[in-house]
Amino acid sequence: MIQTENLGKRYGRFDAVVGLNLKVAPGQVLALLGPNGAGKTTSMRMIAGFLRPSSGRAVVCGHDVVRDPIAARRALGYLPEGAPSYGELAVAEFLNFAARVRGLTGITGARRMDEMVERLQLQPVLAQTIETLSKGFRRRVCLAQALLHDPPALILDEPTDGLDPNQQREVHALIRGMARDRAIIVSTHALDEVRAACNRVAIVAHGRLRVEGTPAELEKRSRYHHAVSFRAPASALACELLARQPEVETVEVDPVDGRVTVFPRDGGEIFSIVVKLLEEQRVRVEELQLERGRLEDVFRQVTDEASTETPVAA
Amino acid sequence: MLFVFENHDHGDGMPRMTSEAVVEKHGSPFRGVFLRELHGYLITPVAWLFAVIFLLSAGAFTFYLGAFFERGQADLDPFFRFHPWLYLVLVPALAMRLWAEERRSGTLELLLTMPIRPWQAVVAKFLAAWLYIGCALVLTFPMWLTVNYLGHPDNGVILASYIGSFLMAGAFLAISECLSVLTRSQVIAFILALAVCFLFLLAGDPLVQQPLLALGSNRVADALASLSLMAHFEAIARGVLDFGDVTYFVLTIVFWLAANVLILDARRGG
Repeated sequence: MIQTENLGKRYGRFDAVVGLNLKVAPGQVLALLGPNGAGKTTSMRMIAGFLRPSSGRAVVCGHDVVRDPIAARRALGYLPEGAPSYGELAVAEFLNFAARVRGLTGITGARRMDEMVERLQLQPVLAQTIETLSKGFRRRVCLAQALLHDPPALILDEPTDGLDPNQQREVHALIRGMARDRAIIVSTHALDEVRAACNRVAIVAHGRLRVEGTPAELEKRSRYHHAVSFRAPASALACELLARQPEVETVEVDPVDGRVTVFPRDGGEIFSIVVKLLEEQRVRVEELQLERGRLEDVFRQVTDEASTETPVAA
Repeated sequence: MLFVFENHDHGDGMPRMTSEAVVEKHGSPFRGVFLRELHGYLITPVAWLFAVIFLLSAGAFTFYLGAFFERGQADLDPFFRFHPWLYLVLVPALAMRLWAEERRSGTLELLLTMPIRPWQAVVAKFLAAWLYIGCALVLTFPMWLTVNYLGHPDNGVILASYIGSFLMAGAFLAISECLSVLTRSQVIAFILALAVCFLFLLAGDPLVQQPLLALGSNRVADALASLSLMAHFEAIARGVLDFGDVTYFVLTIVFWLAANVLILDARRGG
């Protein structure tokens, strides 16, 4: 369980994070989204115990990160931003160091290390110096360090940054696999990652939590929710007719690929109406889709709203 | 040692040893950092360069500047006399990366979010570096063999000098480590450490004393003079392992390490 209560960080007159309330229970993977500089990394650093909060508190598995730092850090696996590691060490040496600091020695330590090396496919580079590795390997080495002690709580700051699509899928599978009995916070800029690995989403902007919910709940806030899109060569007349329907808010045609998107009024269901009208007009449809909503759209909407507000500096 | 079993359900239905129990048994965050640092000295060129330059210049200074043979005395005074100056340059060079590099590369975040207390990290780094310097110092033993071959030196004085030299290296190291935490730049860390070590080395010297006396601050001048590393080292090197001199070095080390812990901890707030 990871919990923050009114967590805040202030640098001089600048509020980096304001009154953040999060609660991530075991089994939940929370995606922390937000533009650069929104306060994601600062929040994660406070929960991990690297930065001291200016206000509020953070609790990891029942341990206050300021009052009981060692117990809180034992319960937490942390992948810092940029996945730092000691470049002059070989991968095995670095993992040995992490294991020793975590008190994982002997057979338990060796077994955990083997497991991590296997799951993150580090076998071929074990004896290699970290500074000679590619970005993808370095990230996985640091990820291995975070997972080594099998922590009940995890904080991963951009775990898939710099990985190729196959490696990303691998990490998503790893996160999903671990999620069952762990509380996990993942920050990311890749919105498809949210669908692939997370079951909750929080969007922060200008240091404040703006929206929180399941991916499906957030998608409902998108204007694409329940919209119908299709591709059809000669559909100009059909589009005009569709736009006149009382249930339809507007019809948009993508100037690049000619894809038509029909937006419902007040999020109503218009799929059958659209299908019926297209049939009546005998429009030859190449592709037809009921949209469930787009996170990109919600993300932009939420962060745009936030930036039109007055700045939060006091 | 009792193992504590708790039934955390991790899916495999097996009871697991709590991490606390394992940590207690091996008590290792401190050891982990200590061994990693020590290992770092064995694989990085900076550390080997330190050892080689220290040994070469210790020898060169002794024979050329110290006129080891010409003075016709069987002692190691010309050898130890140059140690403060060697340390002045070499210890800040060895210690400049201790925190500056961790800050620059971001590993400080990794280290400080591991279950280790700041003082453990500070002391572990210090001890590893001090041990490394100690090894370099021990490797000067051919010097000791030479004087014993050539004559009958007072080996008690030599032992005291070695202890004094080691303590002084520790003081320089504690100062340099503490200043390294102030910056991300190793170069700045080096120059800062060099300047502060120089000040402490010559605190009793006219070079430092004159300006203070000219300003009319006799008390400050006196206080600073009593902090002179050189004076305390020379006292020990004469063969008198005085309690006060040893305490001075130990307190200097403790003071700078404590300052290091405080600065490290204060940085979390900013």
